[in-house]
Amino acid sequence: MTELNLVQAINVALKCAMSEDDRVLVLGEDVGINGGVFRATEGLFRLFGEQRVLDTPLAEASIAGVSIGLAAQGFRPVAEIQFAGFAYTCIDQILNHASRLRARTRGRLTCPMVLRSPVGGGIKAVEHHSESPEAMFAHIPGITVVMPSSPARAYGLLLSAIRDPDPVVFLEPTRLYHAAREDVTDDGKGIPLGQCVTLRAGRDVTIASWGAMIKEALEAADQLAADDIEVEVVDVATLKPLDSQAICKSVARTGRLVIVHEAPMTCGYGAEIAARVASRAMTNLLAPIERVTGYDTMMPYLRTEQYYMPSLNGVLAAVRRTMAYT
Amino acid sequence: MPDIEINASLTRMLDTNGKVVGNLPDFARDQTELLRLYRTLVLTRTFDTKAIALQRTGRLGTYASSLGQEAVAVGAAAAMRKDDALLPSFREHGGQLWRGVTPKELLLYWGGDERGNNFAGPRGDFPNCATVGSHLAHAVGVALAFRLRGEKRAAVCVFGDGATSKGDFAEALNMAGVWKVPAVFVINNNGWAISVPRAKQSAAETLAQKAVAAGFPGEQVDGNDVIAVRAITERALARARDELGPSLIEAVTYRLCDHTTSDDASRYRDDAEVSRHWPAEPLARLRNFLTNSGFWDRDKEEALLRECNSAIEQAAAEYLATPAQPASAIFDYVYAEAPAELIEQREAANAFMRGQHD
Repeated sequence: MTELNLVQAINVALKCAMSEDDRVLVLGEDVGINGGVFRATEGLFRLFGEQRVLDTPLAEASIAGVSIGLAAQGFRPVAEIQFAGFAYTCIDQILNHASRLRARTRGRLTCPMVLRSPVGGGIKAVEHHSESPEAMFAHIPGITVVMPSSPARAYGLLLSAIRDPDPVVFLEPTRLYHAAREDVTDDGKGIPLGQCVTLRAGRDVTIASWGAMIKEALEAADQLAADDIEVEVVDVATLKPLDSQAICKSVARTGRLVIVHEAPMTCGYGAEIAARVASRAMTNLLAPIERVTGYDTMMPYLRTEQYYMPSLNGVLAAVRRTMAYT
Repeated sequence: MPDIEINASLTRMLDTNGKVVGNLPDFARDQTELLRLYRTLVLTRTFDTKAIALQRTGRLGTYASSLGQEAVAVGAAAAMRKDDALLPSFREHGGQLWRGVTPKELLLYWGGDERGNNFAGPRGDFPNCATVGSHLAHAVGVALAFRLRGEKRAAVCVFGDGATSKGDFAEALNMAGVWKVPAVFVINNNGWAISVPRAKQSAAETLAQKAVAAGFPGEQVDGNDVIAVRAITERALARARDELGPSLIEAVTYRLCDHTTSDDASRYRDDAEVSRHWPAEPLARLRNFLTNSGFWDRDKEEALLRECNSAIEQAAAEYLATPAQPASAIFDYVYAEAPAELIEQREAANAFMRGQHD
């Protein structure tokens, strides 16, 4: 067991996947000798060579496109897009091709690829580097969308993503890359995709969140415990396919739901979760569903980004609002 | 009939009358190979004719004919080995037929049935690509896969003149050049991207010259001369197999048909222009050459037409007799294993549809 931060856990998972399966390739901008702009692919080039760790020209759409060709030929490409703002041009390839190659050919060709990208704000980055595009990807049928919230979960979920027979968009919260460390056992064990993880049990309010906002969710739960408010924190982890049963079961116990995400509110993934709960657990609800999200603005520049980001106080206030209903 | 004028840099083996004007490659001295090429050209045109008739009578979806451009895909496919991969756009039925995709599979595809893409023949070939130019990167990936495995295989990607205006084209060619992958990019330059003529598509003198920027050779070939298309593609494929990298081929042809059955080219294109291009079409040219070589006569022609007609009629009958997939099939193959939420949707849909039919 080793204490790792999230980006190191990604790196260890990539090494593990590449060691166990020759078909796994890593490709992207600066992923070779430089080890990636966040060092997620550090050391891979030296270990596995230029045949398996490919520096690509600067062309994001085609990084996704080339991965589709490789995957259709039986490789398991893991493509890195440097920042989420650059991943939007990949949506054409993911939506029109990767996600439907299996269905279009009735299983003749498949697309077992992973598109990795850092996401989210809070690191005072330059514009277009702090996007939260998860809902756009989650709207695409045929793909899996994953966002880990800790080093150990990043390790296990990435291994499962690489082993998955279908395309996976794997979004890594930049804010967590060098944040808290966690014991990670490099045992090659994947964490199943498509399952929520309950990080903390509680009887009063369910907070459903994912990625970096899990930090605020857990802090809120800690603070509220002092006031005898028990918060159950559910890490959604895989946005698509959604484990709505786990969320509904939790809401059945607590009767209250607060959804926290960094992406803008309108058509954010919180809307999907709220709709599922409204249709399946309406009679369990004691209070209106609350959403604590980014605003329907562009991601602000770094001097004002803190006003955009959902805050601990915002989460606390939302939980207290739901507690007003008994 | 006077020969149609051509660009001096364009490779051509037969003139429009079927007279030899270049150095014929070996396969062009092999009667069996020539007749195979001619048969596939005729089969392709027969297929196009039948497909349009089916569409016009409401029995096929919107259809993109390859009339006048048959030699591009047939010539390129004929240069390929069986285990190479073809990545077509949507006007390459001729090449697909050559490679063993059946006319029934093609009709299923154009009739709106995904099973048409599950080719029993060339299992590694890609299905059509309707989002113009987005499949060039797939060809780079497929070719890269071949190279990484040390296989002597290559990817052939065909697309129209319009696709060369897209960023996807520039990106894919650039990557192919950097990695020297065994890929051959073939432009079916038929002069028109729906209603936009070649002159309004690019200010470049030729589309082939766009390869220069990507660092590999590009050349023009007479796209109505199936022998020239095959010869040039064979050379490009040999280059690819020798690990010398990709090539770009601009096959200059002409779209004698509408863009698709949904299009009416008379809205934007002068009929006189179309008439001017008819004498250069690829079937008559090869037929003239075969006749001049003593390989062909009227009886053989009639027998071939009968054979192709009957093959296509039989395929059409089989296609029409194939029931659509059941409603629940729309949920198949979304994932290797359907997740719980999709199973729920499928069950709800099944229950709803049962209710509708009660």
